[in-house]
Amino acid sequence: MEKLKYERPSIKQLNAGLMNKFGLKTEYNPVTHIDGAPVKQIIADYGSPVFVMSERQIRKNYQNALRAFKTRYPKVQFAWSYKTNYLSAVCNVFHQEGSWAEVVSGFEYNKALNNGVPGNKIIFNGPDKREEDIRLAIENDSLIHIDHFDELYFLIEICEKLDRKPRVAIRVNMDTGIYPMWDRFGFNYESGQAWNAINKIMSTDRLELVGLHSHIGTFMLSTSAYAVAAAKLCDLAYHFKLKYNQNIQYLDLGGGFPSTNTLKGSFLPGADTVPSIDEFAEAITTTILNYGFRQDELPLLMLETGRAMVDDAGYLLGTVLATKRLSDGRRATIMDFGVNLMFTSFWYDHKISPAQEFSHHTEDMVVYGPLCMNIDVVRESVSLPLLQRGDNVVVHKVGAYNMTQWMQFISMRPNVVMVDMNDKVHLIRRAEKLEDLQMMEVMPEYLEKHEL
Amino acid sequence: MKLRRNIATSESGFVFNPTNGDSFSTNPVGTEILFLLKEGMSFREIKDALVNRYDAEPSVVEKDIDDFALALKGFNLLEYES
Ligand SMILES: Cc1ncc(COP(=O)(O)O)c(C=O)c1O
Repeated sequence: MEKLKYERPSIKQLNAGLMNKFGLKTEYNPVTHIDGAPVKQIIADYGSPVFVMSERQIRKNYQNALRAFKTRYPKVQFAWSYKTNYLSAVCNVFHQEGSWAEVVSGFEYNKALNNGVPGNKIIFNGPDKREEDIRLAIENDSLIHIDHFDELYFLIEICEKLDRKPRVAIRVNMDTGIYPMWDRFGFNYESGQAWNAINKIMSTDRLELVGLHSHIGTFMLSTSAYAVAAAKLCDLAYHFKLKYNQNIQYLDLGGGFPSTNTLKGSFLPGADTVPSIDEFAEAITTTILNYGFRQDELPLLMLETGRAMVDDAGYLLGTVLATKRLSDGRRATIMDFGVNLMFTSFWYDHKISPAQEFSHHTEDMVVYGPLCMNIDVVRESVSLPLLQRGDNVVVHKVGAYNMTQWMQFISMRPNVVMVDMNDKVHLIRRAEKLEDLQMMEVMPEYLEKHEL
Repeated sequence: MKLRRNIATSESGFVFNPTNGDSFSTNPVGTEILFLLKEGMSFREIKDALVNRYDAEPSVVEKDIDDFALALKGFNLLEYES
């Protein structure tokens, strides 16, 4: 007699009627392809875990965001926020689409130059610009966004030495009704500090004030906060014009639009709750258009959108190492990826899909990474099919911040590939090896030998 | 180990504990194990029965049954043993 197909026994508690902590629906529809590229083949060729970027999704996100703003406002420019994902291949997809670069350190600045971005299309943000970085930015005619008075005075000093007059903007922080208020970056609007900074710049004649910048926070769920921010920047630009009879050339509203990930602790999936880019565009552009600028003096609108552009273009493919039963009876699944690669699992309940067909039976489980530490939890509670050792999974929406904030802890960083517009798979960052790490270490001679 | 006497099970895999109102669902192999437990079989005998019927390694079935027993215990579905 032929034997029946075996599936491991499972039992699952039913919580009739109530929305339970495991979320609304189970997430067990298998995902076998990223765009047209088979998951199993990618793992066979590039190992597990492996990050996958979808070029198609990046371009789609960019074009959608550009459309949302361009159909509402005549002058729009995006600058790719390098820290969100600075793999050069990813950056260059954005640059091919027309995006400038937004950087916050000397290293990012040089990366943008290396990627071929002209100096005058680099926005230099952040509180930590070193002298050599500032000199380079001045020589390249980049847009320097000043973060604090110490930097303002330092910049003036350098300009006196170099006898150059760089193009600058100031970063402005403000109350937009959002808590917590990000007041540690830039000059405060309500206290008059921002206006003081403007007056200081104008009094030196060493700097050309061309822009006003704000970045009010990240994963912002309120479109009206952007309307408030835009209005306050317009107000500064308007008074600048009144006092100095010059136009502010651009308003930079920063980043902060949410991706469709689900924030930890929220009952509803992100895709059902976050405002669309169109709604943010509407709030920002109507505010500027209605402010009362003359048509020919409308400032250029710049945006530094990060996570909303790439989060859903990134996937992490991984493999089940083991399944366990915890002392309280809960199921635990241990994956070959953890918080070392998915920093964002501290913020998000990332969706995880099996990469192969399953029966419709599911289990509630906690998903752990492979690190030897307690905080290595990828999902505290999720309902998934009866996974077993060797099964593959696909983690969704990991394209933002993970490939820059990943840790080299216990295990090395894995391969990153990109699926192109024709579904061809390209390696864009090879996995790290022991030699890569050793390369940076130096052994003092007296420690070279030991006898064990 | 024994299933608590008052636990109701159905062929479709629905399990109900009238003491506290908890309900559960099991997949077919889980349902079968509960049925065999009710018949009075030991875990050992259940393992042999499953290995005969299903295409699976005895070591895998053994590990899975132990694991399933822990889940039953966690859900308070087993008799206390003295
Ligand atoms: C100055 C600045 N611009 C843009 C961004 C990108 O933000 P997001 O990914 O929220 O769009 C950041 C992120 O922290 C930032 O600090």
